[in-house]
Amino acid sequence: MPLNKKIGLFIPCYVDQFYPNVAIATLELLEKLGCQASYPMGQTCCGQPMANAGYERDTVGTTKHFVETFRDYDYIVAPSGSCVLHIKDHAPPIPGMEKEQEILHHKIFELTEFLTDILKVENLQGSFPHKVGFHASCHGHRGLRLGSSSERNEPFFSKAKQLLDQIEGLEWVELTRKDECCGFGGTFAVTEEALSVQMGKDRLQDHLSHGVEILTGGDMSCIMHLEGIAKRNQQPLKFMHIAEILNQALS
Amino acid sequence: MSHPAKASEFLQDAAKAKWHDETLWFVRDKRDTISKTIPEWEQLRDLASQIKDNVLANLDQYLIQFEEKAKANGIQVHWARDAEEHNQIVLGILQRHQCKAIVKSKSILTEECHLNPYLEKNGIEVVDTDLGERIVQFLNQPPSHIVLPAIHLKKKDISELFHEKLHTEKGNEDPAYLTHAARLHLREKFLGAKVAITGVNFGVAETGEFVVCTNEGNADMGVHLAVVHIACMGIEKIIPRRKDLGVFLRLLARSATGQPITNYNSHFRSPASGKEIHIVLVDNGRTDQLGREKFKNSLKCIRCGACMNTCPIYRRSGGYSYGSVVPGPIGSILSPGLDVKKYSTLPFASTLCGSCTDVCPVKINIHEQLYEWRQEITKSQGTNAKSISMKIANGIFAVPFAYKVTGSMMRGALKFLPDSITYSGLNTWGKQRDLPETPKETFKDWYKKNRS
Ligand code: SF4
Repeated sequence: MPLNKKIGLFIPCYVDQFYPNVAIATLELLEKLGCQASYPMGQTCCGQPMANAGYERDTVGTTKHFVETFRDYDYIVAPSGSCVLHIKDHAPPIPGMEKEQEILHHKIFELTEFLTDILKVENLQGSFPHKVGFHASCHGHRGLRLGSSSERNEPFFSKAKQLLDQIEGLEWVELTRKDECCGFGGTFAVTEEALSVQMGKDRLQDHLSHGVEILTGGDMSCIMHLEGIAKRNQQPLKFMHIAEILNQALS
Repeated sequence: MSHPAKASEFLQDAAKAKWHDETLWFVRDKRDTISKTIPEWEQLRDLASQIKDNVLANLDQYLIQFEEKAKANGIQVHWARDAEEHNQIVLGILQRHQCKAIVKSKSILTEECHLNPYLEKNGIEVVDTDLGERIVQFLNQPPSHIVLPAIHLKKKDISELFHEKLHTEKGNEDPAYLTHAARLHLREKFLGAKVAITGVNFGVAETGEFVVCTNEGNADMGVHLAVVHIACMGIEKIIPRRKDLGVFLRLLARSATGQPITNYNSHFRSPASGKEIHIVLVDNGRTDQLGREKFKNSLKCIRCGACMNTCPIYRRSGGYSYGSVVPGPIGSILSPGLDVKKYSTLPFASTLCGSCTDVCPVKINIHEQLYEWRQEITKSQGTNAKSISMKIANGIFAVPFAYKVTGSMMRGALKFLPDSITYSGLNTWGKQRDLPETPKETFKDWYKKNRS
């Protein structure tokens, strides 16, 4: 376990603004696991919303700032697959910084993959007696390969399940459509409002019909969208980021 | 009309939209099951993708080889630069044979070239012989799916249509009964046609032969009864060798419908005595696409339709919402190459979930190309309100202080605005979704107090 390494916490901008609890849980969890994590105060947004809207070329400044902010850390960890994927795949090359960017792409991790692949967490001591449904967010799932994709012929794996299975009393609920998109998709949620909401409703129904109590996932953006629909329709589901579940279980 | 507008129209009939989603999901599920019975499935995909890479890199040579061999086999080869030329060539052949009625078997390429209206305008009766295509033809609609052309229609719709067109019993929705009626009707057309048109699934450069895949045997029926066979083929349909067929035929049917193999894979090599085979090789924008480094992979497509069945957007918005001949994810990366303005909303009709890429039997990086098209489209649109706000956003995110100020302004606004404003029609997010509650402090504030 690389416990003496310097970990930079990368908190997506909307998590900082709207879900401080998720960021706190991420930090506390890493601390409980013996890591030295700190939050560089100067960080902003990764630039993903702009790039996905077709304006990658306008994220040069944002990207340069990101590299400068995080260049001195051994690892960068974020509770969001989608932002991590953006940094790896879609951050534009900054003239003169290409090498640094390349190195950075190898040391940035989504939280669950950092726990399973780098910390190699195998024996979490904690309990969380609830029926949990996991929403596999697409950018983490198919982009970062945090789990096996139902379209591909490959042995089953899920980094989230690998962690959640270690928690006593937690019941992992199998869904019918294991890894279907929830319809968030960044600006898609607004430009294709009707579709986005329909996809979210269908996703929620899958969880509800399997008796899920708490819907969790690795990306607050999808959860924000799903929770927003569930609340509006007064559906009896609770929502937590996986960092919150793990942190709560470990306390 | 833009994709979002047409999609929300489609979703208004909630029951039908749900049924559409579930029907296509059923097909995707069948594909999943059968693809997992092939241990080497992923290697097959790799292989297919590599074969197609080779084809795209040497397309000119393979086409020349194909032409030589086909001619040597007695096939007459024609080249068409665009849809117009393609249609003229077909019409020319028909006129030489004084043919007034033709049968056609499923060909998306002829749809792309708008051959039907062109021939009809020139006094020729065109009958699509694939059952699904015949149904949409009766309705004067284009196919809504490249493999399942009438998938947007329910049994009831078809029963009513057949009652009107074929005088079947009113209210009888029995598929066997309806199919039988269609078969009798089509048989008459088959017998009356001197010329049969088919598409081409694979053209084999090595041998100059070509393969047509159908589930109903309608290509064979048409071709064997007719004196002249016209095959219309997009130039990207070439494969190098006959033995490559083994790879593609195993992938095609499984990906398309979850069948082990298409019912009829008909090989055409040379005309029977007294008969003619013509093949029209069509470019229609394909070499332009080949020249676009980021998008040329889209030409590997074998038209299995799997990306449509898996796409959560396609399943809930239907083929017509795309307004292009090839709908769905693959259509969204092919169409902007033809007309970037007309199809500018299609690459945005996606969450970039990547399911299309993982399902594609020839491993086209569809979702990455959707992302790349977005970059091209915003560039081609020039400066507008959205691009200015993006520039401002970049300025904000590059400067932490500015970000902090706007962030707290945003939070403040959400907290103090009355619901009537946040949830008004202006706020698209809030129309059908609640907004997150605004916390007392940001993480940054918390961190300052608790950790530094
Ligand atoms: S892009 Fe791939 S999945 Fe889609 S129709 Fe073509 S071959 Fe099939």
